[in-house]
Amino acid sequence: MFSGFMVNAWIVATIVAVVGAAVGFFVVLRGSAFVAHAVPNGSFAGAAGASLIGINTIIGLGIFSLGGALGIGLLGRRGRHDVATALTLVFMLGLGALFLSFSVEYAPEIFSLLFGEVLGISSNELAPTVGLAAACMIALALLYRPLLLSSVLPEGGQARGLSPFRIEICFLVVVALATTMTVPVVGTALIFSVMIGPPAAARAFTVRPYVAIGLSVAIALVVVWSGIALSYQTNWPVGFFVGVMSASAYALGRTWAFLRRRGAR
Amino acid sequence: MHAVLRAIFEPGFFTSSLVALAVAVGTLVAIVAGVIGVFTVLRGQSFAGEALGDIGAAGGSSAYLAGIPALWGFVGVAVAAAGVMELIGIQRARGRDLATGVVLGAGFGLAALFLYLGTTYDNTTGATVTILFGSIFALNSSILPLLALLGAIALGTIVVLYRPLLLSSVSSELAAARGLPVRLIGAAYLFAMAVAVALSAVTIGAILSTALLVGPAATALQLTRRPGHAIVAAALIGIAAMWLGVLLAYDSYYWPPLRHGWPVSFFVVTLILIAYIISRTVGARRAVR
Repeated sequence: MFSGFMVNAWIVATIVAVVGAAVGFFVVLRGSAFVAHAVPNGSFAGAAGASLIGINTIIGLGIFSLGGALGIGLLGRRGRHDVATALTLVFMLGLGALFLSFSVEYAPEIFSLLFGEVLGISSNELAPTVGLAAACMIALALLYRPLLLSSVLPEGGQARGLSPFRIEICFLVVVALATTMTVPVVGTALIFSVMIGPPAAARAFTVRPYVAIGLSVAIALVVVWSGIALSYQTNWPVGFFVGVMSASAYALGRTWAFLRRRGAR
Repeated sequence: MHAVLRAIFEPGFFTSSLVALAVAVGTLVAIVAGVIGVFTVLRGQSFAGEALGDIGAAGGSSAYLAGIPALWGFVGVAVAAAGVMELIGIQRARGRDLATGVVLGAGFGLAALFLYLGTTYDNTTGATVTILFGSIFALNSSILPLLALLGAIALGTIVVLYRPLLLSSVSSELAAARGLPVRLIGAAYLFAMAVAVALSAVTIGAILSTALLVGPAATALQLTRRPGHAIVAAALIGIAAMWLGVLLAYDSYYWPPLRHGWPVSFFVVTLILIAYIISRTVGARRAVR
């Protein structure tokens, strides 16, 4: 399980859990679960397109996740944000369907793009993943205060001269970056599980932002690591374990919050 | 004139039984999704619709495993997922997206597992693509009565609930003040939406099903503010996108690069997005005046 070809998987999975949970903390705080679902899921088309013309999947993922994030940001500027998100997402997936119909890719490859594959990480994907992760974390550190302020108190942010639109676009770009690097392990369909489940669970235990971020990273690590281990043992898709365990973590958090509220009375 | 028509409608378009079935199913689904979608947009529940479609993939794939028609799986699981979402608090605006997202994650995970098992135990590799991206030309005509029945149930729910549903969609406080059972209405609506999404998933695929639900409705609501008009317009826009999509997909058998036809879902989704963007510019101009 820890030999040669699996080392890449463990390294990438660890990075995925850390960055996914850190970004996810803000996803949960801002209530942008739909966007966090749409950007990675839509970037599937990029991966399909990249394999069609024979370039590195990460380039395709990057272009489509950034394009999707900007499309959602611009279309959602006026009018209904959720409608803009839904339509951007389905359009990207429609393109994905088109690329799939052109390609002669075998179903297992498509499947592993959507739902993840532990053995799918080659060494030449390692360097870009580390680079993107670093970029993501730096961006998050720089944006930390304005993002926190505009998420919790949108009016307060505006009063300080923060443009909500600009913050939203920056945030969407960070989500897109995180997406690009995390897709190969967990798959486009389920990466948002890592972004939502652990942070949502962590927020049930604490209200302090730093503690919550730390806790959600810890939960995400447990989820992703055990997902990989179980997937290695059973050969079932990583996405299945990650999706179900993230939901269980959230259920645990909700139960804990419920019990504590009852105990307080 | 004849030559132009022949170029638009490639030979055999009107005589093919597959095309006739696709058009019939497409029309039916577009009407149901368009009508129900107006309320989805008004209530801001696009994410719930999207989630129900994706989770439906778990149903479609488990039905595939069990060897029963995928439609049953889509409907059964979508309705069950709607129940779970309702239970864990989708009716409150705060934290709603989160609850939806978590259910969606678990559902998509199950879909991954079932699709994986399906492709392992049974060597047909097309299941992933068929269930997720749909194939309207591969439908069996025996499914039509069932589709019509389910569509009628979903539309019937809307007709019965029309006025209270409209009020509670526009302002749930006002509806509650009038003594309407807001939560019950929301649950009934979620049920109707689950059925509509399942129908849509069978035709254009599980992960694209939101397009028919949200797209025509959002476009229609840009063009008119009256709910009645918007419902009719949404159904018509949906039908137009569906018919044009089927036609283009049929014609695309003669297009590059592979000469085996582009997917219907791609055309339908693209047409819907174009319609929405056009309606946005029209709506913006009208607002300026």
